[in-house]
Amino acid sequence: MTLLEQFQLWLGGIWPGWAAYIVPGIVGIVIVLAFVVITVIIFIWYERRLLGRFQIRLGPNRLGPEGIFQPIATALKILLKEDIVPAKGDKVIHWLAPVIVFVPVLMVFAVVPFGERAILADLNVGILYVVAISSVSAVGIYMAGWASNNKYALIAALRAVAQMVSYELPVVLAILGVVLMAGSMSMTQIVASQNLPFIIFQPLGFIIFFLGTVAEMNRSPFDLLEADSEIVAGYHIEYSGMKFAMFYLGEYGHALAYACIISTLFLGGWQGPFLPPIIWLLIKVVAVFSVIVWMRATLPRLRVDQLMAFAWKGLLPMAIINLFVIAAEVLWLPEITPWVIVAMNFVFAGVLIVLWSKLFTLGGGRVEV
Amino acid sequence: MAIITEPFILNVGPQHPSTHGVFRMRVTLDGEVVVDLEPVIGYLHRGIEKLGETRTYTQIIPLTDRLDYVASMTNNFAYVLAVEKLAGIEIPERAEYLRIIMAESMRISSHLMAVGFFLNDLGAMMTPVLYMWREREKLLDLYEMVCGQRLTYNYMRIGGVSHDVPEEFMPAMKKWVAEMPRFIDEYDQLLAQNEILLARSKGVCILPRDTAINIAASGPVLRASGVKWDLRKVDPYSIYDRFDFDVPVGTVGDNYDRYWVRMQEARQSVRILEQAIAQFPEGEVCAEVPHLLRPPVGEAYGHIEAPKGELGFYLVSDNSIAPYRFHIRPPTLINLTALKDMVIGWKVADLIITFGSIDVCLGEIDR
Amino acid sequence: MKFERYGIGIAKGMALTFKHLFRAPITVQYPEEKLVVSRRIRGNELVWFLDRCTGCATCAKACPQGNIQIVTHVGNENNYVVDKFEIDTGRCMFCGLCVEACPYDALAMGRSYERAQHRRRQLILSKEELQLSDARQPSGYARPKIEATLPKQNLLVYWDRDEGGQKLRWLSLSKKRGRGV
Repeated sequence: MTLLEQFQLWLGGIWPGWAAYIVPGIVGIVIVLAFVVITVIIFIWYERRLLGRFQIRLGPNRLGPEGIFQPIATALKILLKEDIVPAKGDKVIHWLAPVIVFVPVLMVFAVVPFGERAILADLNVGILYVVAISSVSAVGIYMAGWASNNKYALIAALRAVAQMVSYELPVVLAILGVVLMAGSMSMTQIVASQNLPFIIFQPLGFIIFFLGTVAEMNRSPFDLLEADSEIVAGYHIEYSGMKFAMFYLGEYGHALAYACIISTLFLGGWQGPFLPPIIWLLIKVVAVFSVIVWMRATLPRLRVDQLMAFAWKGLLPMAIINLFVIAAEVLWLPEITPWVIVAMNFVFAGVLIVLWSKLFTLGGGRVEV
Repeated sequence: MAIITEPFILNVGPQHPSTHGVFRMRVTLDGEVVVDLEPVIGYLHRGIEKLGETRTYTQIIPLTDRLDYVASMTNNFAYVLAVEKLAGIEIPERAEYLRIIMAESMRISSHLMAVGFFLNDLGAMMTPVLYMWREREKLLDLYEMVCGQRLTYNYMRIGGVSHDVPEEFMPAMKKWVAEMPRFIDEYDQLLAQNEILLARSKGVCILPRDTAINIAASGPVLRASGVKWDLRKVDPYSIYDRFDFDVPVGTVGDNYDRYWVRMQEARQSVRILEQAIAQFPEGEVCAEVPHLLRPPVGEAYGHIEAPKGELGFYLVSDNSIAPYRFHIRPPTLINLTALKDMVIGWKVADLIITFGSIDVCLGEIDR
Repeated sequence: MKFERYGIGIAKGMALTFKHLFRAPITVQYPEEKLVVSRRIRGNELVWFLDRCTGCATCAKACPQGNIQIVTHVGNENNYVVDKFEIDTGRCMFCGLCVEACPYDALAMGRSYERAQHRRRQLILSKEELQLSDARQPSGYARPKIEATLPKQNLLVYWDRDEGGQKLRWLSLSKKRGRGV
């Protein structure tokens, strides 16, 4: 019985049927959307400051104390810009693409549990819904690249399709490992079954899921789509104004959404001592996001064929073997003490990573390494 | 139904975040694979060679600053060597040592910038650039102390250098040189074993040894392909024969070798600097040269091992106060002619980073 | 069996970046904090000393671009009287050859680098504007006597030291930081 359903029940005693059903829904949606937008704005500020500290400089610090009004200034600037549509581009698709990229991001937050009963829609196929919805963004990016009538955007769009399709598989298989161990696809069940966070039980699953979602988000080191040193802003090269703001917010929205999913699946969601659950969730989300920014600050990016090789030859076999190992453990050793399983899984993870590093050849046969 | 594909032409235009200046390439792509490449240069042409014909020999020195603006003093150095060869001028010892100190520290600075921007093209979001520029910034402060400017120094004169160093220069330079190996080790920790850098640059865009020799490549591009040719050892100019240093040579000639050769050369430059600072003599800093120099009729070619390659100045004099012909041999223009051979068959991403690993500077390509 | 390339290179790189979180940033907050520039800086202006100038125009001949315009007439005591002395600082590249050429120390480079104007004709400085004033101080480039009176430069090489340079100072962030200031 989530908080939302309880609100509907209480309101049903006072108001007529349809109003009691719709109004709490709208209230819930507004609260979640407000949370998302505010957190995305704070994440923009946080990323710029943190990236600055990694690079031994200060981030933006002029507007407001320590620069907290900088994202608002950015948003205002983007809103006031002229909206340019390329003359020979396809206008309808050009208009529709940012919407298709941005809306699925918002829809993911419907199944993120913010507390013990604070979830907007307690689907019993919660994680399947997340996987399904987040794949829609790939279509949006391809539309953006095609409608711009620009060869750089086209290269980016085709790379996007390749990248996002090929990283769906390892992500889904890693999720299946979690689902097997939790016993259900519902997000509240997954959180409830984590006495110890699943990252301890499935280190390899966590690594695969983390790298897969970083690739899905198009962040470094997989940000070939908007590689600003090669194809000069990639798929959003011809966008300005509010449409560009949708892409920009969509990127950070993606980061926030996937960070919430990682915290829920692997880090124990809202569970934790003393502090209220929403604070714990925020702490975990900020920690995951900091690691993502840390990777962006340090690592160069991969080339597109290396990216595909990493997905298909690296992550996918490891994900399949991980799934078999987890399935074997759940089937044959359900009652054993957890620490034996933890030790076994860590050993498996280490062995697999070292074995797969043997496959990592350099030089393409032209060079002795 | 068969799928028909056809190559398309992409214009990596003059305004691009990664072309290190205004440089245009018309690339024919088949999917992501580069099939043909046609470079278009001339967007930064300022007519320096023609301007040189109407300026006196001393007035050309600020013009040469603007060629390779990353390492300006080496341009000055090559030019005054050419004029001194033409006019037969001897320069005092202290001036020689000052020139070596400036040239070698400038080499470290130029290589740091080249490697930093090579990594920026690879995608590391300005972090290696900012770490390397912290060291370069310390060096630019020292140059500002000596000659007053941070980018276009106008420091070398015919017959020596223009100013003597103030007394606080040497302790600061000693401190910088002493800390430099530790920072180069830090950059190696950041980069040398990074799997992504290795995967992106090992075995990629190889310049074979024979091609490198045939196109008259020079500098780190030539040495990375396996040819041990460094003008400081082969044809020593100034007082380089008094110093003890090695010449790092790569094996294969791929992007990783070009990056590795530059980092090793920075370490060797630190060795030369330590020796030069230890042997630093007293004396004057500029020989007595007439205000308006009239060299005897003749020609001279003065060349040095600039950080980017062999930079040469060819001067023809007809006994007047301005040269009759002033020609510059830019190292990066000649290294750039290899770009097409190196890149065909590789992908767009490799094109950009190979271009970065040649380390061009449009100022001296277009002059 | 060698164990290599399983991610250790990436881990080392990320460890170095993490270590940099604890180093103080080297940003100078420009309009509030300004560094003391070199004593020999070739700033974006020139300073002309009227009483020492004899109108010989050596500086005008030394300039690679011909920025200096001098008009004189013969005076009473067998000297030149300078009627017009104009320098086009818009075309000037501040190379300092004119300052080195002057035999009477009548021309010096300036110390300021903030001489942007709104119109190009405002950059052509006439005789009156070029003279020494509170806002227009000479620098020590090729003028050792002036150099000896100026303050020493802030050097980043000395700031980056353990006492106060590299310690963890998370919370005292923005305003008053900078190299040796």
